[in-house]
Amino acid sequence: MSNANNMSLKLKVWRQNDEKSKGKMVDYSLDDVSPDSSFLEMIDQLNEKLIDKGDEPIAFDHDCREGICGMCSMMINGQAHGPEAETTTCQLHMRKFKDGDTIAIEPFRAKAFPVHKDLMVDRSSFDAIIQAGGYVNVNTGNAQDANAILIPKVDADLAMDAAACIGCGACVASCKNASAMLFVSAKVSQLALLPQGKIEREQRVLDMVDKMDSLGFGNCTNEAECEASCPKAISISNIARLNREFLSAAVKSRS
Amino acid sequence: MSTSLVARFSTSVVKKVAMGITGLLLCGFLISHLTGNFLIFVGPDAFNLYAHTLTSNPLIYGAEAILMAIFLGHLFMAVRLVIENKLARPTPYYVKKPTGHGATFASSTMPYTGLIILIFLVLHLIQFKYGTYFETTVDGVTMRNLYKTVIDFFTSPVNVVLYIVAMAALSLHVSHGFWSAFQSVGFNHPKYTPCINTLGKIFAVVVFLGYSSLPIFCFLQGGQS
Repeated sequence: MSNANNMSLKLKVWRQNDEKSKGKMVDYSLDDVSPDSSFLEMIDQLNEKLIDKGDEPIAFDHDCREGICGMCSMMINGQAHGPEAETTTCQLHMRKFKDGDTIAIEPFRAKAFPVHKDLMVDRSSFDAIIQAGGYVNVNTGNAQDANAILIPKVDADLAMDAAACIGCGACVASCKNASAMLFVSAKVSQLALLPQGKIEREQRVLDMVDKMDSLGFGNCTNEAECEASCPKAISISNIARLNREFLSAAVKSRS
Repeated sequence: MSTSLVARFSTSVVKKVAMGITGLLLCGFLISHLTGNFLIFVGPDAFNLYAHTLTSNPLIYGAEAILMAIFLGHLFMAVRLVIENKLARPTPYYVKKPTGHGATFASSTMPYTGLIILIFLVLHLIQFKYGTYFETTVDGVTMRNLYKTVIDFFTSPVNVVLYIVAMAALSLHVSHGFWSAFQSVGFNHPKYTPCINTLGKIFAVVVFLGYSSLPIFCFLQGGQS
C-alpha cells in the first residue's frame, strides 16, 4: 500500500546463475517500500517487479518467516542477518533502514557453504556434522514419565540456551575464518550437559569435530563475531565447553 | 572408527590448544625477561653480572632450545592456521562490517602484530645477543659489557621509537592472546573469565610500559656507560 512514509532504496544484490558460474553484484532500485514490511517481503516486492519486467527473480532461502527455522541466510550490508542484534533476516524490518539507503545483499560465504544460486546457499555440511554425532539413542516403546530423570536447573538452562541454535550458519558467515565452532559447540553442549546425551558423549564430540574439520571450515580465533551475530545469542562459552569435551574425550577414548 | 594420535593432533581443537599453551609459555618468558632486564635500572654491574650468570650457566643451552621450540611451534601453527583460514573462504565479501561486539582491533590484527614481533625478535637478537662485544670486569671477573651495547644502541632516537612501536604490537598481541589462550584450552567460567580478561589487559599494559621504559631509560643516559 502506498504511504507517505514509504521508502526508496538502492539495492546491490549478488546474482549468480549456478554453483559453477561466476557471480557479480547487480544494482537495483526499489520504490514504495513500506517501513512495516520485513526484509524478505522487500525482496519479494523486488522479485515481483523483476518478474513483471520478464527478468529472473532473485533466488533466496526462506521458510518459516518467524525466526525459528534458520533458513533465511544472507549478508545485509556486510552483516549476517543485517544490523539488528539477535534477529533473523525474516524478522528484520525495513524501518531499520532509511529512505534513500543503499543496501548490499550477499549470500553467506564459506568454502563449506557453496552458493547454489544468487543468495541461496548449500548448508548441508551442517547436516553432515549433525549426522556424525548430533543424536542420542533412546528406548523405543512408551514414553517414560517426563520427570523420571532429575536434571539440575543450571544444566537444564545451559542445555536449553545451547539448543536455541537454529543452525542458520550466521556464525560461519560472520567469522573471518569461516569457522563452524559455535554451531558445533552448541550442538555438542546441548547433549553433553544432559543425562540423555551421556552414552554417546565422548564419541560424539570426536566425530563431530572430525567431520567439521573435513568439510573445510576454518579455525576459531576467539574473536566472538559469531556470538555477536548469532540471532539466538549462543555464547562462545559453548566453544570452551567443546574444547574441554574434545580434549577429555581424546584422552579417554579407546578409539 | 579408530583415529591415530597423529590425526587427532591435527584437529582444529588441538591446533588452537597448541597455540594457546605455547602463547601462555611465551607470556611467561616475557615476564622473566622483563624482570631480569629491570636490573639495567640498578646499574651496569648488576646488569652485566645478571647477563653473565645467565649465559655462563651450561643449562642455558637447554633452556634456549626449549624456548626456541616453543616459539617455532607458535609460529608454525600460526602460519598453518592463517593459511587454512584463508582457504576456508575463497570468495571474499563485497561488504563486510564487524558487529562491534566481537572482534577488536587487537584480535583482528593478530597475524600482523605477530609478524612485527617476529621481525623485531630477529633484529633484537642481532642487535644485542649477537651485537657489538665489549668487555668489562665485575668483582675481578672478566665478562661481556652488555650494558654498553644496550646503552650505545639506544643513543639513537630512531632505535628507541622503533623499539617502542614493536612493544606496542607485542602489547596488542598479548591483549587478545592472553584470555584467548584460556578460552582455547576450554577454560571459560562466569566467575573466573572476567578476572582473566582483566588480567590479560593489565598484562598487556605492563608489557608495554615495562619494556618501553628500558629504551627510554637508556636514551636518557645519553650514551654514558
